[in-house]
Amino acid sequence: MKILVCVSKSPDTTSKIAFTDGNTKFDEAGVQWIINPYDEWYALVRAIELKEKDPATVIHLVTVGLPDCDPIIRKALALGGDEAIRVNTDSSDSYYIAAQIAEVAKKGAYDLIFTGKETIDYNGSSIGGMVAELVDAPYVSLATLFELNGTTASITREIEGGEEVCEVSLPVVVSCQKGISEQRIPNMRGIMAARTKPLQVVEPASIETLTSIVNYELPPAKAGVKLVSPDNVAELVRLLHEEAKAI
Amino acid sequence: MSVLIFVDQTEGHIKKASFEALTYGAKVADQLGTTAEALVLGTVNDDLAALGKYGVKKVHQVANETLNHVDTQLYAKVIAEAVTASGANVVVFSHNQTGKAVSARVAARLKAGIVAGASSLPDTSNGFVVRKPVFSGKAYANVSINSPIKVISLNPNSYKTVAGEGTAEVVALNVAVDASKIKITAVNKVVGEVPLTEADIVVSGGRGLKGPENWGVLLDLAKELHAATACSRPVGDAHWRPHHEHVGQTGVQVAPNLYIALGISGAIQHLAGVNRSKVIVVINKDPEAPFFKAADYGIVGDLFEVVPKLTEEIRKMKASA
Ligand SMILES: Cc1cc2nc3c(=O)[nH]c(=O)nc-3n(C[C@H](O)[C@H](O)[C@H](O)COP(=O)(O)OP(=O)(O)OC[C@H]3O[C@@H](n4cnc5c(N)ncnc54)[C@H](O)[C@@H]3O)c2cc1C
Repeated sequence: MKILVCVSKSPDTTSKIAFTDGNTKFDEAGVQWIINPYDEWYALVRAIELKEKDPATVIHLVTVGLPDCDPIIRKALALGGDEAIRVNTDSSDSYYIAAQIAEVAKKGAYDLIFTGKETIDYNGSSIGGMVAELVDAPYVSLATLFELNGTTASITREIEGGEEVCEVSLPVVVSCQKGISEQRIPNMRGIMAARTKPLQVVEPASIETLTSIVNYELPPAKAGVKLVSPDNVAELVRLLHEEAKAI
Repeated sequence: MSVLIFVDQTEGHIKKASFEALTYGAKVADQLGTTAEALVLGTVNDDLAALGKYGVKKVHQVANETLNHVDTQLYAKVIAEAVTASGANVVVFSHNQTGKAVSARVAARLKAGIVAGASSLPDTSNGFVVRKPVFSGKAYANVSINSPIKVISLNPNSYKTVAGEGTAEVVALNVAVDASKIKITAVNKVVGEVPLTEADIVVSGGRGLKGPENWGVLLDLAKELHAATACSRPVGDAHWRPHHEHVGQTGVQVAPNLYIALGISGAIQHLAGVNRSKVIVVINKDPEAPFFKAADYGIVGDLFEVVPKLTEEIRKMKASA
């Protein structure tokens, strides 16, 4: 069993979001980088659990990014990946990134490709579907449970207002979210081992970008909260009805 | 040239989010001086000609039962053929569970740039620029799509449905459909609940409710408002509520008209999932709770006293209306 887990770096969830260069660049000053939580907690940990059940499993990590991604790749290796591949380029265009991953995926002939359901910076939720299309594999998105039975996967995924259970033969691309596994903390042995695990840097394939970010904007500040006394709940209902027209 | 809108259905009925996408797509077509057409996959019970009232002139339907279940691989192929057949240069999806997965595949197949989770109409004054929330709602990006075909998946609740007059011409589209590689073995719908991502009103509870046995006050309020229910992450982690109710940066992101937070402190990761709500009401006994800074209305008080009163007052208001 060969699993490819797509990981990306994202700013820590408590990061202050600000922009520079006339609001065209994310201000990275003082930002702590983490592994995108969906990639780490769900995609990677579920892959590790599958390897714990079947030690013959090999887990490769892929990230599309510049050398500043190396610390988060090492952390992912410390959690349990076997080898990592970094495609040495950066872009905000999801097609460009997915196509780079698809190149890696085609070379590695993976049985399973896991992604997080989205990144917490660009919130694209597109990479899994695009990679699946580019490698011509089935795609199951928003998976909350994943079990393997030989070469058949049984997957539960979120649909509107409920869930759907399906079976699919490998290879398959799966986007992972809460439910599929639980967050883990790397241990000392993992951290030591990660230092010597292979991290291969490959140059990007020549692929077009189809979108570009013109600039960023911060949302307008809220006007400030209107407080209502707990003894006058009727006033809150009146405000919500007459002023906010929300009920 | 035309705008093609993918219409999402479940069990024979068109989803609410699709009406928003239709209204939006028709407006985009207006802007570009072209026509809007819709695409329906699978068999449906709803009257498709009636989709004309959202501004589409034509509805293409591939009435093949295999397509009643979403298999993104089959969908992408069929939608790409429909795009070619209709000569569309803009393809619109709703950014719901289905749209998220399908739009990405279609974009890759057509080599079309995509804005996933759009929140505005395109600005066509200089190219084709669409706004979308990034950093989990903490900012917006204006994204330029530079490819000939453009894919937009529209965030639910970010464009208002407008229904006018009109009927659309329904045409059958003949496209070969492969067998699905995905076998659906069960579908479990939560019955009697409003789906969280489609809800106009969301009532959400945090650790301040102290335990799952206390959820009654919240559920009563939600019922009175026909609201969906949600919770903070620790509540989901502790299994007080099912994990699909967990909202926030690492849970579901919602943008209802009204979000009512009960006993939630308003941590930055929680706010990231709810800050696109139009109106936020916070009920918390701690006046220093950070959530008040993000709120429109608030009550500093004990939720166990305030919430039953609130439910009662809403009931009264509705009775007198
Ligand atoms: C990487 C990361 C990702 C995260 N992602 C998310 C996420 O997606 N969603 C999320 O929600 N959290 C997330 N968190 C957790 C987040 O930081 C907070 O810990 C969490 O949101 C707090 O939940 P809470 O508000 O329910 O609980 P608390 O912070 O414990 O707040 C409880 C509140 O209830 C109030 N209260 C208590 N009793 C009463 C009463 N009787 N009446 C009225 N008010 C009362 C208290 O004053 C307090 O403000 C994440 C954290 C990290 C590190």
